[in-house]
Amino acid sequence: MRRLLARRMKFHLLGAFLVSLGCATLYKFGIAEPRKRAYAEFYKNYDPMKDFQAMEAAGVLECAPPK
Amino acid sequence: AGVVKAEDYTLPAYVDRRDVPLPEVAFVRELSAQQKALKEKEKAAWSALSTQEKVELYRIKFNETYAEMNKGTNEWKTILGGVLFFLGLTGVILIWQKHFMYGAIPHTFSEEWLSAQTKRMLDMRVNPVEGVSAQWDFDKNEWKK
Repeated sequence: MRRLLARRMKFHLLGAFLVSLGCATLYKFGIAEPRKRAYAEFYKNYDPMKDFQAMEAAGVLECAPPK
Repeated sequence: AGVVKAEDYTLPAYVDRRDVPLPEVAFVRELSAQQKALKEKEKAAWSALSTQEKVELYRIKFNETYAEMNKGTNEWKTILGGVLFFLGLTGVILIWQKHFMYGAIPHTFSEEWLSAQTKRMLDMRVNPVEGVSAQWDFDKNEWKK
């Protein structure tokens, strides 16, 4: 009965802090880091000319039709 | 004459709330003769009151104890049941609609069209980093395991 608001506020303040920190951490290590790694991996050995020639051969480029 | 009688709801009220420990009025308004006698006895030394009399005085003043007030109910079962029931009902309605009401879906959802569409997306290298072209093995011409 004593300090009803203080107790509730302490509990919820701590909880809110932990939950938001947890969400941020989960996002960083679940989504942001893998995405950064995926992009680094993709561009490590990326050859744009080879990609362009493949797309040209497939016929999807309107201004660069296949021979 | 000319004074309006005070309506019940305008007078201070009793309320059972966790954050209102001492409500404005006592719970019991009209005391019986026995309760009036008890109230007289309360004006004397309290050590003279028996436990039962103290509980009776408490019940005159308050409706529920904090324990009774904060006690949980089984209401959540009713609510959950109602929610699930109406979700199921909605599902039945949707199935009925699909079966009896809606016409055919567009021809662009046929298998041939979808595979031609996916092939074109792969040719264009759509989303090559994390998306569909990343799942296709261009050397072996098949989906990555």
